[in-house]
Amino acid sequence: MQDGHSNEEHSHVTSYGTLVIIWLALLGLTSITVTVAGISLGMYTLFVAMFIAAVKSALVINIFMHIKFEDPIFKVFLLVSALTLLVIFVLTFVDFSFR
Amino acid sequence: MANGTIAEHAKSFYEEGTSKKTGLLGWFFSTDHKRIGIMYLAALSTFFIIGVILALFMRLELIAPGETLMDAQTYNTIFTLHGVIMIFLFIVPGIPAIFGNFFLPLMLGAKDVSFPRLNLLSFWIYIVGAILVVISLFVPGGPIDTGWTFYIPYSVRTGTNVSLAIFAAFVLGFSSILTGLNFITTVHRLKAPGMGFFKMPLFVWSTYATAWIQVLATPVIGITILLVIMERAFGIGIFDPSLGGDPILYQHLFWIYSHPAVYIMILPAMGIVSEIIPTFARRTIFGYNAIALSSLAIAFVGYLVWAHHMFTSGMSDTARIVFSFLTFIVALPSGVKVFNWVATMYKGSIDPQPPFLWVMAFIVLFSIGGLTGLVLGSLATDIHLHDTYFVVAHFHYVMFGGTGTIFFAGLYYWFPKMFGKLYHTKLANIGVALFFVAFNLLYFPKFIMGYQGMPRRYYDYLPEFADLQLVSTIGSWLMAIALIIVFGNLIRSLRTGRKATSNPWGGVTLEWHTTSPPPLENFETDIVVTHDPYDFSQLEDMKNE
Ligand code: HEM
Repeated sequence: MQDGHSNEEHSHVTSYGTLVIIWLALLGLTSITVTVAGISLGMYTLFVAMFIAAVKSALVINIFMHIKFEDPIFKVFLLVSALTLLVIFVLTFVDFSFR
Repeated sequence: MANGTIAEHAKSFYEEGTSKKTGLLGWFFSTDHKRIGIMYLAALSTFFIIGVILALFMRLELIAPGETLMDAQTYNTIFTLHGVIMIFLFIVPGIPAIFGNFFLPLMLGAKDVSFPRLNLLSFWIYIVGAILVVISLFVPGGPIDTGWTFYIPYSVRTGTNVSLAIFAAFVLGFSSILTGLNFITTVHRLKAPGMGFFKMPLFVWSTYATAWIQVLATPVIGITILLVIMERAFGIGIFDPSLGGDPILYQHLFWIYSHPAVYIMILPAMGIVSEIIPTFARRTIFGYNAIALSSLAIAFVGYLVWAHHMFTSGMSDTARIVFSFLTFIVALPSGVKVFNWVATMYKGSIDPQPPFLWVMAFIVLFSIGGLTGLVLGSLATDIHLHDTYFVVAHFHYVMFGGTGTIFFAGLYYWFPKMFGKLYHTKLANIGVALFFVAFNLLYFPKFIMGYQGMPRRYYDYLPEFADLQLVSTIGSWLMAIALIIVFGNLIRSLRTGRKATSNPWGGVTLEWHTTSPPPLENFETDIVVTHDPYDFSQLEDMKNE
């Protein structure tokens, strides 16, 4: 543990107000997803749904899972994972969209 | 590299455990990374030998055209089992589970991994997964016959125990994820004072890159397996075209994991090569940074090429061209490594001890495997060679000739450190030589047969393949003898071998700075790193330690 960054040093308290706002935002985004599913957007349905899902995860990860207040190294880890997932999606669509 | 001295006659980790329990229980409940590594060694070697015995039966069936030993269905289940055992129980956990566990903390100058109990849990999850595989053989329905790739639609339609067998792979995945998590944390948190990222031994770098793949890729196979089980049980229609599903989606999901998984197999092996070559060439590694970073590059590019397994599956032409192109890119970081190894040996004072000879065998066999991979990665040639023996030869050259050979190299390199005993050098040399000859006799004919059109996964063949099939079967017998010599030498040395000194090969990474075998907490004194990992000028000082 020589680098001395134990997690405890960063104990950060998020106010109830913020938590409630995020919660309402998530509910709002969920209802948008449901509404959009009812409208026929063709090819774009999926992309819209994915985009909203990404925004929602970003909120959960940053606020509820405290990543926003953590060491940069954790953010790097998450970014790597997210990029990997993105690459996998894009490459799968290179097949699916051109069949 | 380290300051401080090692007390004589300290208790080794064999004599002192982490719990009060003694005997076998003292092992089964031990959270000591070294004991866990050795338990993995025992378990994985057992499965490797079972896999080899199954393969010997397959080769015996193939000794002559027609049915010689078993019918088609038996052959189907045996090659499936051979594949499942070799992949999921031997080569994927493989080097990280055995040598990663034993040596990662040692090489970092740490007392253990970050989460020792989680480490023990990973081991037991592995054992549970293995037991599930065994159970799936004996319950009604019969052993799985889909091949190790479990392709849809057959794997949904066959009556054999697919669900249980793949559930076992699901369980094994958790073991892999937890091990990866443990190693990533260990590398970030437990490096000895003075050791920055760019002073870590290259085996640590490659295990670190591997750990990332374990964590990021394994969940994909987990989800895929659950989907197949649901498809079988409830017909949910994700993959089954008659229900509106997409069978090619299965292949995508399967290879999104399984292609990075081949880098889980090979990267740690490349790490061991980068340890052995400097030690026996007495020369610092050429291009340390390039090798270290190429591990990360391989880990990343490994995510971009999965669909080169699917050129004939009916995916879009655009995808075929994109994936073929990306496949050629992986050759770059691999090439960086090979050239750096060769450059390290140039003008070194080479001491051709058995571990070094294993590495030389590796370079030849892995290069053949890698280059034939490019033949399969080119669209035009792959159409001809897909699902033939050419593929069987190719993946045995990379997996067995690559990772398998380095499994033995690592064993022969670190055996004195792990067990405190020396083996018989001459017998070891004979073992490598015989292995090399047997290997080529066994698999090279498969390249030719594949090129001539012999399809894989068949228990019978046309008479024109008889000669080459016979050569290959004779090769398998020689391989059996070679493996008996290779394992026999080590097992014999456990009892009768001469005592090893703390540094029999003149290595300089941290594991050679402690006793053979090491004490429970690895080092008698606190480690402070003062040298680069492959700085051989410290050898003189080490003699006085
Ligand atoms: C003495 C050693 C070995 C022999 C004689 C051997 C032989 C064979 C044979 C005859 C096949 C079936 C070919 C076919 O009909 O399509 C096969 C398949 C396979 N082998 Fe091996 N093998 C050996 C070691 C290994 C090792 C060490 C690994 C991996 C680390 C391995 C992995 C596989 C895999 C993945 C398959 C494909 C199974 C499938 O088609 O589903 N083998 N091997």
